Amino acid sequence: MNLLEALRVAFSGLLANRLRSSLTMLGILIGVAAVILLVAVGNGAGIQINNQIQALGANVIFVYPSNARGAGGVSQGFGTSQTLTMADVEAINSGQQDPDVVAAIPIAQSGGQITYANQNYFAQTTGTTAAFPQVRNYQLAEGAFFTDDDVASQHRVVVLGQTVVTNLFGTTDPLGQTIKINRQSFRVIGVFAAKGGTGFGSQDNVVVAPISAVWAYLSGGRGKNVNMIVASASSASTVDAAETQITTILLQRHQISDPAQADFQLQSQQDILTQANSIATALTLVLGAIAGISLVVGGIGIMNIMLVTVTERTREIGIRKAIGARWRDVLTQFLIEAMFLSGLGGALGIALGAALALEAPHIPAIANSSFPPPVVSVPSVLLAFGVSVGIGLFFGIYPANRAARLHPIEALRHE
Amino acid sequence: MISLQGVTKTYRLGKVEVRALRGVDLDVARGEFVAIMGASGSGKSTLMNIMGCLDVPTSGRYVLDGTDVARLDDDQLARIRNRKIGFVFQSFNLIPRTTALHNVEMPLIYAGDPNRRSRALEALEAVGLADRAGHQPAELSGGQQQRAAIARALVTNPAILLADEPTGNLDSASSVEIMKLLTELNEHHARTIVLITHEHDIAAFAKRVVELRDGLILNDQRRVA
Repeated sequence: MNLLEALRVAFSGLLANRLRSSLTMLGILIGVAAVILLVAVGNGAGIQINNQIQALGANVIFVYPSNARGAGGVSQGFGTSQTLTMADVEAINSGQQDPDVVAAIPIAQSGGQITYANQNYFAQTTGTTAAFPQVRNYQLAEGAFFTDDDVASQHRVVVLGQTVVTNLFGTTDPLGQTIKINRQSFRVIGVFAAKGGTGFGSQDNVVVAPISAVWAYLSGGRGKNVNMIVASASSASTVDAAETQITTILLQRHQISDPAQADFQLQSQQDILTQANSIATALTLVLGAIAGISLVVGGIGIMNIMLVTVTERTREIGIRKAIGARWRDVLTQFLIEAMFLSGLGGALGIALGAALALEAPHIPAIANSSFPPPVVSVPSVLLAFGVSVGIGLFFGIYPANRAARLHPIEALRHE
Repeated sequence: MISLQGVTKTYRLGKVEVRALRGVDLDVARGEFVAIMGASGSGKSTLMNIMGCLDVPTSGRYVLDGTDVARLDDDQLARIRNRKIGFVFQSFNLIPRTTALHNVEMPLIYAGDPNRRSRALEALEAVGLADRAGHQPAELSGGQQQRAAIARALVTNPAILLADEPTGNLDSASSVEIMKLLTELNEHHARTIVLITHEHDIAAFAKRVVELRDGLILNDQRRVA
């Protein structure tokens, strides 16, 4: 019996019981749609996180203060120590020992109420130096970034991100306007172009001022702290070398001989990316596995209905055997029927899941939230289809074999 | 054509042994039309199953068209049934929701015959059912269904046609019609036919009547034409 004939027989068998076939297929359909949709949601989240990390700037290395261990081995909490200084930044920037570092900037953050006219907004104000746009990969939409001279002279100027502009100024042109940060006046000299991305500490929700001005007017006399140093390597391939060079300089400057005792720690964009990706992958796997359970349930539904079908068609099986069908012929017929059910259910499920995933960003409730748009991946589609056909095969074997092993005389006697 | 030698068949129903056939010797030559008669329990259905290669004898030899089929496995038996035997059943046993043409084609599908459509149409024509080829069993009368079943039995050009109470579910007019068709197939197309029945007027169409009782042949008579 050829395959085409087997397909024809399977198809007419399914058509004979339309409602039953549809309901059985529905089990697989829902399972596959759930897998496709949830994996797409996981993928979308992963891609969004990736984009945001990439927006941090290319080849970026972050240097954080870390808990120095004292002689007794007592370690303090993360970020409690203030071990980085402006002199560290200058040493890294001097470029003598670190040819692979292009620029380094200090970051000093200070929270505060920002007001303009009758609008107010809460944002961290970032104190830094003139190389900030270069290192953090920001473009200016209007105006200019502050200069080394502004930093040296503690000029009270700020450059704002798009989110801050929207919240404070609405449609007013912010350039040249004066805003108040913790009641101190600052003049807006530039606006960053939007970087996009939401959540995870938006890159557009920034207020940047000369670090000297932040120390002088916003730190409330807490001294010249540097919360973090951000350096950029000359290229992706020199990130590791640049990390080593920075570590050497800082160990030297902090007079620490054992790198394990370092009072700072480095993290490259790649490190963050790797971490985030492993989290995103785990998320996708968990979502997929949950949806996969419904696929198994659908498979059991197929097995159940195939067993009913075999019992119902015992006589037909007897007739077929009497006129020459072999074990293999009957087995193939029922296996193809089961695989046809699950395969068609799977194909429709892929269509439904993909349609839901593509349609989701257009649903107002989702579009207005920061929910990442689901991304349907081709491998998940192929895998889901393969698995659904495989489920037909797996759950179809038992009923099909039962049919194929029926004795023709007994099968013919069956009413 | 058919040669049974000392064929026995013993069933085991729970703890009871049923000796359905106790040593049957029967030869059927090419072109014969044999009726096998007997009351229920005489072993005629068992004999039919063995002759039809649906079952194998417990002991004895069964040679069909030169092949000893007594010791073949299931797949080999399926092949013999497909090529050498045509079944006609009491309850027609056509596959429902499937056209007459497709029912007749079915043995050829299992045989892998590429010309099955034209051969199936020929067989339907031979039983006078060509104009009903596209009808499903439910749309055919009992007599028409049995003709379609006969066409299915003949389509592979088998060595022997086995008819098990072919008129059992038919009214007398259709019964005569079917028996005339079988007689014609035997007389004009030299088909070998073995007919199982318990009705004397049906057996009267055959040229030879074998009577079974308690698993043994009681009587074997040739009718003089």
